[in-house]
Amino acid sequence: MTAPLLSLDGIDTNYGPIRILQGLTLQVSAGELVCLLGGNASGKSTTLKTILGIVKPRNGTVRFDGEDVTNRSTSHRIKKGMAIVPENRRLFAPMTVLENLEMGAYLHNGGKKEDFERVYELFPLLYERRGQLAGTLSGGEQQMVAMGRALMAKPKLLLMDEPSMGLAPILVERSFEIIKQVHESGVAMLIVEQNANVSLSIADRGYVLSTGRLVLEGPAADLREDEDLRKAYLGR
Amino acid sequence: MSDSTPHSSDLSAGGPAVGQDEWVARHDERRLARGPILGPLEQRLRRVPWWAWLVLFVALLALVPAVSGSGYVRRVAFDTVLYMLLALGLNVVVGWGGLLDLGYVAFYGFGAYAYAMLDSDKFGIHLPTLVSIPSVVILGAILGLLLGLPSRRLTGDYLAIVTLFFLQLFQTVTTNGDQAFGHNLTGGPNGILRVDPFHAFGHSLAVQHQGVFAVSYYYVAIAIFAVVFVALWLVNRSRTGRAWRSLREDPLAAEAMGMPVSWLKLLSFSFGAAVAALTGTVFAALNASVFPLTFYFVLLIIVYTMVILGGSGSQPGVVLGALIVSPMLELLRDPAKGRILFYVALLGGALVAFRVSRKLGVIAASTVAFGFAMHAIAGAIDSKWVAGEHGPGVSGAIAHWVVVPAHLARWIPPVAYIGLIGMALVLTLVHSRVRIVLLVPTLYLAAFVWENVMLTNPEPARYIILGLMLIVLMILRPNGLLGERRVEIV
Repeated sequence: MTAPLLSLDGIDTNYGPIRILQGLTLQVSAGELVCLLGGNASGKSTTLKTILGIVKPRNGTVRFDGEDVTNRSTSHRIKKGMAIVPENRRLFAPMTVLENLEMGAYLHNGGKKEDFERVYELFPLLYERRGQLAGTLSGGEQQMVAMGRALMAKPKLLLMDEPSMGLAPILVERSFEIIKQVHESGVAMLIVEQNANVSLSIADRGYVLSTGRLVLEGPAADLREDEDLRKAYLGR
Repeated sequence: MSDSTPHSSDLSAGGPAVGQDEWVARHDERRLARGPILGPLEQRLRRVPWWAWLVLFVALLALVPAVSGSGYVRRVAFDTVLYMLLALGLNVVVGWGGLLDLGYVAFYGFGAYAYAMLDSDKFGIHLPTLVSIPSVVILGAILGLLLGLPSRRLTGDYLAIVTLFFLQLFQTVTTNGDQAFGHNLTGGPNGILRVDPFHAFGHSLAVQHQGVFAVSYYYVAIAIFAVVFVALWLVNRSRTGRAWRSLREDPLAAEAMGMPVSWLKLLSFSFGAAVAALTGTVFAALNASVFPLTFYFVLLIIVYTMVILGGSGSQPGVVLGALIVSPMLELLRDPAKGRILFYVALLGGALVAFRVSRKLGVIAASTVAFGFAMHAIAGAIDSKWVAGEHGPGVSGAIAHWVVVPAHLARWIPPVAYIGLIGMALVLTLVHSRVRIVLLVPTLYLAAFVWENVMLTNPEPARYIILGLMLIVLMILRPNGLLGERRVEIV
């Protein structure tokens, strides 16, 4: 078996004296779609921040694309092929869609023509709206901008922080269709979600996080059938 | 695939679609609704490219000496151009970088002092201007980087305190630099005198021409202004400019995009410092001298006022801010002109607050009547109470309305002042009719304070007026005159 694209090994992350993550170990292989589930305060966002290098773990290693990046900067990791769609999308509201996309490719000199074309092909609506200020778009459109912005960096691994947050149910489904589509274009993805139902329906594998520890992991199909998980998250 | 979304963007299909902001959808419609003349005119004006506006503006600036031959007017125009440059530089740091830099004028002072040291008898160095200006600018940029380094992790209030410390440091060094290690480096409080005028290729640009301010410096300043404006405009349009904006908008998202956050902050700091240093060289060359206290809080506050008033982040905005504040501060030096400015501002404020309405008419009429009544009562009790100076023209008319005693008892100014502040505070607490009733005596009291207290002491009055203007502006237009309208993600 080839080495996974991303692997976290025995990660402990602390905020001051408070331990958030305890011995977290997870992998994402190239081209895989993995979801990380967990309730509030289970450490999902901290996991993402650790992967991106915005916070540094106390123990453990982060390996990405064959390199130990534990002590490397965020920009180094992004240059190597990570990209994120942040929680609440965090678009640059007073800037146009086009400028937002350009900022996504900041480390690649603002993006080449074909990068823009690739994103526009995926989201034709963004082409129509390229001159509009991102803050004036609707929630679903903003989600597209956020994903397009992340894809501008031509990532090998796309991290998504709660893509369903703040979207109407119909848009959540739509949003996950888009995620699936992006995934099928060959990008590996790690989705951090509270909405277990939708995410497990498109994921290959899943991890379940609870107060900083992994409590369950396995193929998405198995997790969907798991009694405990269903009780805890699926509400059935 | 856009068809399947519930918010397909077909504007021609009529009206705003679901999930689309109605305000945005109706924007063009509203613009046209401004009438058959104004609507199309505005659209046409919007199509004029930015450089055409700049050329027009610079041409108008260049015409000032042709309009007035007075050395005073030319000098004020020159100072205004310098203020525009300073505001442009501060806008990079505050408006684009989003950093509250309270040490900004130290870089201006650094530029002036550096030029004075490189081109004066002080050390006997007389570098040609074409060498000294670029070196001062580069040194200023490097200094900006160095000072930015220890503070690059700081933001907001903390950065403000550290940069304020830099300004104080500059003051201390320049004031005590006459005894640095046994050498006289900066001339101390006496500054550096006999600084060379600009000189290149064996010619020197005289500071004075037949005893009055030499216009050539004004043109040099305008040329530098145009170059700096264009350069910064291009920087703002570049990837770096957009990165600054996104950084200010959402630092965390910017970091997640892999932007070098600290480096970008340092860069804006450095750009601002370079512009300030450049402006400093022009200042030193024209004044032929530099003193520590020129580069202190008053100047800092004035430049900040310009940036905030005009709209931080907008280049035309901060230039407009300088264009308003600098001549206004000059006008306020003269009580007669200051008086006109005060009453125009009062009237303008009332106009903006109430529009042209019956309410405004009632308030204006009652204030005038109230004034004459007070004047009559005061005059009837003791004629000395209204025996203050009576000038001709406007001031004469006002003297019949405002009570101006021949001799002001010592308790009156503080009581009137505190009373005015108290009444203004009460006004914010009451509503509708009570507010209008109370507004009349408040306006009259304001005129009383202005005529009796401020006009006898014009220097602080200038800054009080400046402060009042800022307060009014922050209520009416929180983003400044030409500031960008903030777009919030909801």
